[in-house]
Amino acid sequence: MTAVRREPAFLGMPPFPEAAHHALADRRLRAELRDTSRTSRSRRAEAVDELPPFVWEKLRRAGAVIKDDVIARLPDHLEELEGSVVAAGGTVHWARDADEANALVIRIAREHAAAEVVGVPAATTRETGLDDALADAGIRVRATAAANAGLTVRGADFAIAETGTVCAVDADENGLRSVTLPDVLVTVLGLEQVLPAWRDLEVFLHLLPRASTGERMSPYVSLWTGVTDDDGPRGFHLILLDNGRSDVLADRMGRQALRCIRCSACLDVCPVYTRVGGQAYGSVPPGPIGAILAPQLRGVNRHDVDAQTASLPYASTLCGACFEACPVRIDIPAVLAHQRAQLTDLGRGPARHREKAAMSAARWGLAEPWRLGLAQHAAALGRHVIARMPHVLAGPLARWTDGRDAPAPPPESFRTWFKRTNGGLDEGGSRDEVPGDTDDETAEGPSATPREEP
Amino acid sequence: MRIALFLTCFNDTLFPETGKSVVRLLRRLGHDVAFPYEQTCCGRMHFDSGYRRDAAPLARAFATAFAPYDAVVTPSASCAAMVRGRHPLLARDARDKRADAFRERVDAVAPRVFELSEFLVDVLGVEDVGAFFPHTVTYHPTCHSARVLGVGDRPLRLLRKVRGLRLAELPDASECCGFGGAFALKNAETSTAIGADKAAAVMRTGAQVLCADDNSCLAHIGGLLSRRHGGVRVLHLADILAATAPHPELAAYPPGDPAHASLDPVHPAPDRPREGVPR
Ligand code: SF4
Repeated sequence: MTAVRREPAFLGMPPFPEAAHHALADRRLRAELRDTSRTSRSRRAEAVDELPPFVWEKLRRAGAVIKDDVIARLPDHLEELEGSVVAAGGTVHWARDADEANALVIRIAREHAAAEVVGVPAATTRETGLDDALADAGIRVRATAAANAGLTVRGADFAIAETGTVCAVDADENGLRSVTLPDVLVTVLGLEQVLPAWRDLEVFLHLLPRASTGERMSPYVSLWTGVTDDDGPRGFHLILLDNGRSDVLADRMGRQALRCIRCSACLDVCPVYTRVGGQAYGSVPPGPIGAILAPQLRGVNRHDVDAQTASLPYASTLCGACFEACPVRIDIPAVLAHQRAQLTDLGRGPARHREKAAMSAARWGLAEPWRLGLAQHAAALGRHVIARMPHVLAGPLARWTDGRDAPAPPPESFRTWFKRTNGGLDEGGSRDEVPGDTDDETAEGPSATPREEP
Repeated sequence: MRIALFLTCFNDTLFPETGKSVVRLLRRLGHDVAFPYEQTCCGRMHFDSGYRRDAAPLARAFATAFAPYDAVVTPSASCAAMVRGRHPLLARDARDKRADAFRERVDAVAPRVFELSEFLVDVLGVEDVGAFFPHTVTYHPTCHSARVLGVGDRPLRLLRKVRGLRLAELPDASECCGFGGAFALKNAETSTAIGADKAAAVMRTGAQVLCADDNSCLAHIGGLLSRRHGGVRVLHLADILAATAPHPELAAYPPGDPAHASLDPVHPAPDRPREGVPR
């Protein structure tokens, strides 16, 4: 493990289930999340549906292929980007971690004697905790630029290696103003945000607005390249942020997370995110992508991680809605399952002895048919308890019955029935008849739920 | 065609009636079905929880148990998805000296595994299975059937041909029910919160029966409905397709009865707009 400071878990952040508990208690938050996610989902669906058949799918695949090429040959693309930026009159800085990135911004601010900077909120600057770092250094941060504004720090969406151009797709005109008004413009960009060529931008300008806000095109797209005489900022600084990204590259399965273009489509379709909101994840970004990216940035493929980080890959039902929505086809469920294996099989998470023992026992029980038969027999013996009290199970299964009734095990497993009746051929009779069973409570048919007595 | 039933450990233990329904249904359609006793579990629970080392031997045993058959039918979309999508991954990662045999077996067996509605519609080429079930039914497409396997409207096509059956549309049908296997225990509160919305949607349809092609999701939603005294029974698709008589225990349940919707404390309004279904 290196001494690099990772993307920080918010200090004292509890593991996901605990954080979710607090979020779920907030009725207003739940209602809001429900409404906003519903609106964005339908807007996005409309924007995608109006395209001719298969065009969206082709765009998604193109986006994934371009990003995979970037990831596979990252050093080459970054070198080319640096050359193009310098040729256009700009400066490139490399930041290994959040602290280095923040220190670079502070240094540039001091060089320009700026006691105040305009900070346009961005994923990368949130990731490094820039606002706090600036405050600690005695530099004030303002959110909007009214007039010629001195120094502005912002994020962006893409940087084009071929031309050294930075591209931002913003939500409002504040973003546009932030690239024209300041004297000095500092952009903090993740390493993976580089695109090889100018024409690649076309694909992403189709994908990003549609996936993000359901618009065909954002009216606030800015492109800026180096410095130009008598136009725009006099200083052009590009800070390229690693902060764990080069570690992510090492993981063949996990590195597809670096395709992410931060559109937040996966958040709005996630059954978990839309119930608990972003706070519960304690990561930037939150939601499904956060659940796979944060553990990687914090080094789960290299060393042990804390309990909060280890809880993130389990904060998903693996329903696949995120994969379906993702404009660059990140197979989030597959990465989640992969990370869970890193946490358990490779022992990178906090040890969970009880769970491990239970899994081993289950595996032992399932390894031979006769052992499964034995377990089924034991379950059948316990059925009377569950049939009478479907709301109380003991041990770890109590978490099931905290909010749900439990199905009562049947008197006879299928395999026993199949053997006994020769697959029903020797049985005859009607469907719900179980010969040899005289217990009156058992005539329940194929119900998943035990019926409550009135 | 030698057909084998892969019932899954979960159904075998907790929902044997569903297995009997599959057997009865296939016989009615003129096919016999074998139940290889060596089968136990596809390893989904282990795989999804991160215990791949424990899942691999189960995948091996699966491939061995089902190798002799032309087709394997299972009433569980999530287990079918596990076999078809994840067993090849486990085989690819195997490193011991029997790894090649393992890979060959999985390559041969995994593509022959079908979820019930796929098997009926695609392999047997039937939609009308001759069932009679005079009740109002609503159908929940589980995430693994709809998104991972892509069974599409096959289950609905089968249900529409069932005599006497009235199909009630489920609002926000494509939303996850919140079960998620280990998620249901590890994040029990979030799981039940998601499931509560699904249960509420089910109750708003006024259906007597909720149907799906996976008993694990049904056990979760059914457990929530039961806890709320929702008055809706849950039945596996196989149980409905095998039926030839009214279900004796289904009380008439007036569609749209607002009394039931009001049981849900979070969304008390009986009718909500039905837009915004995610793609
Ligand atoms: S992972 Fe999520 S935020 Fe990133 S591109 Fe895909 S849908 Fe958008």
